Amino acid sequence: MITIQDIQQKTIADLFEQYPFLPGFFEENTLEVDGQINEKLDDFLNILDDEEEKENRAMDKAQVMESMAEYITQMLAFLGEDEDEGVNSITLLPGTNKSGEKEEFEELTINKSEIVCIVGPTGSGKSRLLADIEWVAQNDTPTSRTILVNGEEGDKKWRVTSGHKLVAQLSQNMNFVMDLSVYEFIELHAQSRLVEDVEGVIQKIFEQANNLAGEKFSLDTPITSLSGGQSRALMIADTAILSKSPIILIDEIENAGIDRKKALELLVGEEKIVLMATHDPILALMGDRRIVIKNGGIHKVIDTSGDEQNLLSELERMDNVIQNMRTRLRHGEIIRQEDIGF
Amino acid sequence: MNLVTVSGPPSSGKTAVILKTIDSFQKRGLEVGVVKFDCLYTDDDILYEKAGVKVKKGLSGSLCPDHYFVSNIEEVTQWGIKEGLDILITESAGLCNRCSPYVKSVTAVCVIDNLSGINTPKKIGPMLKSADIVIITKGDIVSQAEREVFASRVNTVNPGASIMHVNGLTGQGAYELSTLLYDEKVEVKTLVGEKLRFSMPSALCSYCLGETRIGESYQMGNVRKIDMEEKKKRS
Repeated sequence: MITIQDIQQKTIADLFEQYPFLPGFFEENTLEVDGQINEKLDDFLNILDDEEEKENRAMDKAQVMESMAEYITQMLAFLGEDEDEGVNSITLLPGTNKSGEKEEFEELTINKSEIVCIVGPTGSGKSRLLADIEWVAQNDTPTSRTILVNGEEGDKKWRVTSGHKLVAQLSQNMNFVMDLSVYEFIELHAQSRLVEDVEGVIQKIFEQANNLAGEKFSLDTPITSLSGGQSRALMIADTAILSKSPIILIDEIENAGIDRKKALELLVGEEKIVLMATHDPILALMGDRRIVIKNGGIHKVIDTSGDEQNLLSELERMDNVIQNMRTRLRHGEIIRQEDIGF
Repeated sequence: MNLVTVSGPPSSGKTAVILKTIDSFQKRGLEVGVVKFDCLYTDDDILYEKAGVKVKKGLSGSLCPDHYFVSNIEEVTQWGIKEGLDILITESAGLCNRCSPYVKSVTAVCVIDNLSGINTPKKIGPMLKSADIVIITKGDIVSQAEREVFASRVNTVNPGASIMHVNGLTGQGAYELSTLLYDEKVEVKTLVGEKLRFSMPSALCSYCLGETRIGESYQMGNVRKIDMEEKKKRS
């Protein structure tokens, strides 16, 4: 743990060298270093001792130092984390449904690279289940469920620290809102994750996103002008590769402009735990299992059977028929009987 | 009684988040009250009334809303105690980014939204930097990457805060927030003598001169009070 005493007598230049992420802190807190890089932090911050300066900047010297020490402590912890400390599995222990009855399963463990679908009518309790997972419920939510991480009681750090979110979410309603190109966008995300090889990560995400997207896009395309399919392709590739969250929650993937099978393969390949709320039969059957929610509780857990998996290839063939027609329409062609093919 | 101050830029979703959180409090049988501070107009008090909570509103008009808030917080606290509340939530819009509405011993919550732009955290002063809990809203409509970048920017300006995502429409995260806000061991009786976390922006009263203490005897000059009497029936 870094304290104020550890940093106040050092020069800013030394601090920047020791903690390469620190310039970001100065930038976000509007502290301009300019020619004062060789001053001691304590001296540099003396500017805030001036009453007028303090009032105008709304910053207090002690508070800035405290904040800086806390930030350095957090960033060092973040950088020092081992891959071994990652999340390999989550386990759900039953709580109760809305009527207070025990849920109908004993223990459900989901491992990384596994896809589990969540089905059930609107209002049945899907959101609550996901919220329980995100909050690492410990018999302290309305459902009384318990969520274990790697078979053990979850660390509460998952609840409220920005660098440690257990669940990343992807849904149909999500949009890009920043005025950035694809390149700048991935770069910004990579920098906020303190990635070392930013250029390599940008290339990797860009290639994967284009591999998923029906229509290709370039690195200098503004993210706000990507099509729906391209946006989702970029969001999925970016989340798979750059998000630190071990669990990805997907709320449907619309069947247009994106190869959904490849998208799931990418997430599974990046060792994510994939939870997918969907009623699309093709997506649902791509899952290893599905959780059926009823009346606020888990009603049953169904393993995708061999018969169902056989049906999947048939469904995919039907899906391809529609997709091909879509392509023909886009290119101004005529739809024919033989395009249906069965 | 517990006291919580919720603040944040206009339209960030404060009322929606509070309403969803109240839902969780009521399920636990807690008596909740809200005092809504605004500048020229608000009808959020009607929404709170509909939710079945005791509500008061105060409009600052021509005064700095921050100064108006601190000039009234003790009276508001006494009202909450008189009404027998378990938890009193004050809601005020941070109408300028220099706002500094938090009292040292009172739980401070800042609500800020993902759509406000990634440079927003750096633009907001004590309202964001000295909050105990930062709630980020509107996460359901922006990408995962933008949510992560935004949260990390918030963390950079306030590393000590608990940062949570709450969806004001579906209420996702509101139950969890409610568990951080209420502590049955806490008993606020008065704020007289308490101090602000940071001095407020200047106007023309004792607080302009750097006063941070609360209580009528510290207030001079341009001070205006909410009418705390029971109001007549709405016509």
